[in-house]
Amino acid sequence: MNLPLRSQPANDAGQNTDTASGTEPKLAQAARFIRMHSIAAIYHAGSGHPGGAMSSAELFACLYGAEMNVRPGGIDDPSRDRFVLSKGHGAPALYATGAHFGFCDARAALALRKLGSPFQGHPHVLDLPWVETSTGSLGQGISVAVGMALGLRIQKNPARVYCLLGDGEMQEGEVWEAAMSAAHHELSRLTAVVDYNKLQSDASNDSIMRLEPLADKWRAFGWNVQEIDGHDVTAILDAFHNTGLNAELSKVPSLIIAHTIKGKGVPYMENIPAWHGSVKFTRAQAEEALTALGADAGQIAEFLDDL
Amino acid sequence: MTSSSPTASLHEAGPALIASNGDSLREAFGKALSAMADEFPKLVVLDADIAGGTGVHHFRKSHPERFVQFGIAEQNMMAAAGGMAAVGLVPVVTTFAVFCLRAIEQARLSLCYARRNAKIVASHPGLDVGPDGGSAQALEDLAAFRAIPGMTVISPADATEMALATRAILEFDGPVYMRTGRSPAPRLFGDDHRFEIGKGQVLRDGTDLTIIACGAEVARALAAHDLLAADGISARIVNMPTIKPIDSALVARCSRETGAIVTAEDHNIHGGLGGAVAEALAATHPCPVEFVGVKDMFGASGEPEELAHHYEIAAPHIAEAAKRVMKRK
Repeated sequence: MNLPLRSQPANDAGQNTDTASGTEPKLAQAARFIRMHSIAAIYHAGSGHPGGAMSSAELFACLYGAEMNVRPGGIDDPSRDRFVLSKGHGAPALYATGAHFGFCDARAALALRKLGSPFQGHPHVLDLPWVETSTGSLGQGISVAVGMALGLRIQKNPARVYCLLGDGEMQEGEVWEAAMSAAHHELSRLTAVVDYNKLQSDASNDSIMRLEPLADKWRAFGWNVQEIDGHDVTAILDAFHNTGLNAELSKVPSLIIAHTIKGKGVPYMENIPAWHGSVKFTRAQAEEALTALGADAGQIAEFLDDL
Repeated sequence: MTSSSPTASLHEAGPALIASNGDSLREAFGKALSAMADEFPKLVVLDADIAGGTGVHHFRKSHPERFVQFGIAEQNMMAAAGGMAAVGLVPVVTTFAVFCLRAIEQARLSLCYARRNAKIVASHPGLDVGPDGGSAQALEDLAAFRAIPGMTVISPADATEMALATRAILEFDGPVYMRTGRSPAPRLFGDDHRFEIGKGQVLRDGTDLTIIACGAEVARALAAHDLLAADGISARIVNMPTIKPIDSALVARCSRETGAIVTAEDHNIHGGLGGAVAEALAATHPCPVEFVGVKDMFGASGEPEELAHHYEIAAPHIAEAAKRVMKRK
């Protein structure tokens, strides 16, 4: 398989074609590119958060490749759907996603965390308008998404708002303020997705600050909750399809708890909290990761040789 | 006991709520916002269950479709304002000044770093809060919000200026932190008063020193002017409603022309108006400065005028600071 660093086919329209045949393989391929590009960018940066980028790759691929009505030529279109990366340290995966779907240049996006690069360690809307808002302080993105959903509704704009939360992030009280307000204001066009990889910076969620029973908590806060395998593209698309129905038929916001594996796709990284970040890859580690993800020697060179 | 219980009639009448006073800056703000709403169709007002205290109960009544209730959850409200601004609205976040401090990191990231056209309007600043006591008296807000890049910081002096400043911040494109005030405040300005962001005004000319004040201290500075005049001292009085960006040109001119400056604010002496003036002086035309404000302490319960005397920010204390600074010329 060939995953050239440049000229990924830009899906230049809001696809919203649900699970048309052929979509899932393309999304799986996009997820693979997102993982490889994230590894490469973090390698070049000398720091960054790889574990969560690996766990969220299919979620990003499905959001930008199928679910959301966004396109590179329409980042100022008022009717576009909005995405907020509340777990701002997942930036490498967001940039890789943007690179794959044509929102930014794939090679430029390898200059992660470099002085003068718009690809900062956490997303900044003034540097990259298509990231929609600046995040990086956990808990704020979900509130911004609530504000977007409220503001769109006040202006009778039917665009939808999507937000990706980290699991450790839900230890921030602001998340629950936001959860309460979204339900109170009946923001059915808001969908939050939890990248539930069970690990946070230092250790497991369970050992740091228990989140369970997570689905029950969100249901108690008045949300429509689904639990899925966050690496199963078909399951992700089905869950988004259900949130679309929910948006039309109900008055409650949607939450998708995506059970994921931190470091997914890179065996030495999977389920090891030390790869949360911020880590420095050796060339050998980066090569091993890309190889595990299916890159050949040419692609490894293209991703990892000096920028 | 008679058959008609006195408590029954009390319950029917309901408790006497101590709502915002008609002469306060918060009431002036709330009324102005309501009156201007039709000129600013993108304006939305955010509240955290204290609309009766911040003055925006007027807006809630006049424009309920643009009034958004966030409950007692200021962090979510502040960041949500960023989201509302991101989709083209002009949100005005309203709460007490101390609760703005609770959400300052949300103001930093989701409003200022993202450069949103959002406004924070804080009632209950400083000792002016009065009987609610030390926990409720924000004496750090001007310093804290002034330190955020891109944040404009404003503290008007009376109801007339409050209304003008309300219009000015809605016409201005960018994040703003603005104080109102809880307690009744004397009218200082007439209908011909002008307000421009970043500009101070000489209210009384003088030659021996300049007193630069903002908010509730402007009226006290004017009173200090008269106390000093009785002692033969000619004090120039400057109203400085914009703390950031400070009117450096006016500060430097006052330094050149009077040679000594007193700053007066209902705020900690560190980091607020005094800090801003001192920074401007250091960069332009240094002169001796005395700082009138709360001396790095918390407040306490009491009536605002009692507190002003207790914490030494009343007119006689400004006059004493003026005499001190003149000795240093």
